[in-house]
Amino acid sequence: MRFVDEFRDGELVQKRLTDLRHLVTRPWTLMEICGGQTHAILQYGLDELLPPEIELVHGPGCPVCVTSLELIDKGLAIASQPGVIFCSFGDMLRVPGSHNDLFSIRAQGGQIRVVYSPLDAVKIAQENPDKQVVFFAIGFETTAPANAMSVLQAKGLGLKNYSVLVSQVCVPPAMHAILGSPENRVQGFLTAGHVCAVMGYWEYPPIAEKYRVPMAVTGFEPLDLVEGIFMTVQQLEAGKVDVLNAYSRAVTREGNTAAQAIINRVFEPVDRNWRGIGRIPLSGWGLRSEYSAFDADKRFGVSGIQTRESPLCIAGQVLQGLKKPSDCPVFGLQCTPRTPLGAPMVSSEGACAAYYRYGKK
Amino acid sequence: MPLRHDDQIVIGHGSGGRMTQELIQRVFMPHFSSPGLLQGNDFAALGLPLEAQFQGQLSISTDMHIVSPLFFPGGDIGRLAVCGTVNDVAMSGARPLYLTAGFILEEGLPIQLLDRVVMSMQQVAEEAGVQIVAGDTKVVEKGKADQLFINTAGIGWTPAGRNIGGAQARPGDVVLISGAVGDHGIAVLTARGELGFETDVQSDVAPLNHLIEAVIEAAPHTHVLRDPTRGGLATTLNEIALQSRTAIWVDEKSVIVHPSVRAACEMLGFDPLYVANEGKVIVIVPAAEADAALTAMRAQPYGAEAVAIGYVEAAPAGRVLLRTLIGGTRLLDVLAGEMLPRIC
Repeated sequence: MRFVDEFRDGELVQKRLTDLRHLVTRPWTLMEICGGQTHAILQYGLDELLPPEIELVHGPGCPVCVTSLELIDKGLAIASQPGVIFCSFGDMLRVPGSHNDLFSIRAQGGQIRVVYSPLDAVKIAQENPDKQVVFFAIGFETTAPANAMSVLQAKGLGLKNYSVLVSQVCVPPAMHAILGSPENRVQGFLTAGHVCAVMGYWEYPPIAEKYRVPMAVTGFEPLDLVEGIFMTVQQLEAGKVDVLNAYSRAVTREGNTAAQAIINRVFEPVDRNWRGIGRIPLSGWGLRSEYSAFDADKRFGVSGIQTRESPLCIAGQVLQGLKKPSDCPVFGLQCTPRTPLGAPMVSSEGACAAYYRYGKK
Repeated sequence: MPLRHDDQIVIGHGSGGRMTQELIQRVFMPHFSSPGLLQGNDFAALGLPLEAQFQGQLSISTDMHIVSPLFFPGGDIGRLAVCGTVNDVAMSGARPLYLTAGFILEEGLPIQLLDRVVMSMQQVAEEAGVQIVAGDTKVVEKGKADQLFINTAGIGWTPAGRNIGGAQARPGDVVLISGAVGDHGIAVLTARGELGFETDVQSDVAPLNHLIEAVIEAAPHTHVLRDPTRGGLATTLNEIALQSRTAIWVDEKSVIVHPSVRAACEMLGFDPLYVANEGKVIVIVPAAEADAALTAMRAQPYGAEAVAIGYVEAAPAGRVLLRTLIGGTRLLDVLAGEMLPRIC
């Protein structure tokens, strides 16, 4: 397959790894932002092939992992209501709320539909005028354009039975939170290639400057990852701080300006609670007031949510790169993909799920 | 004039009375006409191969078949129902001989559709060399079933001296597979038309008993035969590793995945190693017989793409390990539950 095979070529990867071994002179700690990158690293066994000086810690870029528990409980409460068709990305179905998950609500007769795109949810709303169709609009900058587009489309179609439960979050505020923490260990970042494909990377140089942390825009195939690591380490070894692009086949500095315009039309910056991490100011997007008619939170007015997080789960520290899943005392014991205590154990982008699935200890 | 209900299934077709008889005569008898069925009894009295009177044992297996849509590129529920049971029986090293077929029909099912399914069953049964010797039909009200469910059970005879099963894998054995993985799962998924894209992928659903017979002839010390159906190659290898208390190493580069299947998996965030197959068999044999088994498979119509994909070691027992495309190693675990599409 073109644009995939060449970036999974064992020989090319090994060659670049040799370059990296020659380059590195001392220990460096890098964070890959995106959970998709974490999974790719472990899926290909890349972590074992890196020079021992380079440690990768795993970032917060797992959309369902950072979606606040309160919002998940709200989603679960809405999904349980009769007359509601609750649409979600598949990854959310197994994520534990305080008391249950979407899978168990579906088993009890709730109408839960897995959709591949929010525009499918709009179609479901058109086809079911007697039902309230709610889409759980979670995700980072990657999902925001399509989620926003679904609202525009529903408005254009005059749909009165479509709404979105929004939990959009953004990468740059999370980087500030991680780098500003006194416990921070991160010396360089691999930024999330898919996020940058939408947003570009013009937001990152001021962060790199402020904290003196070099970065590379990084993709998801093994060769992309090695290249991103190489470009970051090269800067660290030379004492330089910049944001370089190791994913130029998908990312430009400006990003997808049409997508950004749609996001800005529908959403505005808001404070968000990040599960396990806490409130980060202006770290997400919420619906602008012109679109509040499509806000599921307002439409259903669920109240009285009492959240309950497992006291054993250290997901917050894992998501900030302070601890690794294998540092968790209940990893693989009380907490497994069948009996998850936190979202990172079930999401296809969760670091704990990756460690479990690929046998990492 | 009374309605004849010739074009679709109605509750009366399951009454056991005249309408049931008519359905049997119009739809089932023209296709299924084995001596066992033609006896017209509530049972079939069957003969065994001559050798079976002196040695070997009988193998029996049963399977329920539910698939949506009923017809998909490369197959249909009928072909699936026959192949599924033929293959399950054959995986013990047995020669499948006889099948039974039970049908649950939903009210409103077009009879012409049932006819096509029954015809497909007979065609593939002939190809596999098995006879369908007994059957039953029940009709349920609209909404109580999804069009058509089929149960098949099969009996086969295993010649003496064949000791084949998941527990028999031994350190030093070689792991072979009869072809590419993931075709069936992706063919059915795209046939549902919910993905917003189409593929040219054909299901691999096929009877494997002739291929298996050829493998055992070429490699008489075959240890394991198993078809990687639900859960795919990864899940099936994990079952074998657990049963035999061995470690199985797989070389990712050697596993064949057809380009359209790979493309679909890339888009959906699926790993083809976990996608279902209905016409593939994993063969584990002593290293000395591996080449002979491969050559035998490749000479068969359903084994042209057969390859060696790994080997068996003693430790870590119960684990499957993958040598990745870039030369890394990692665990190849079973899935926790349903495979779900990713977000971004």
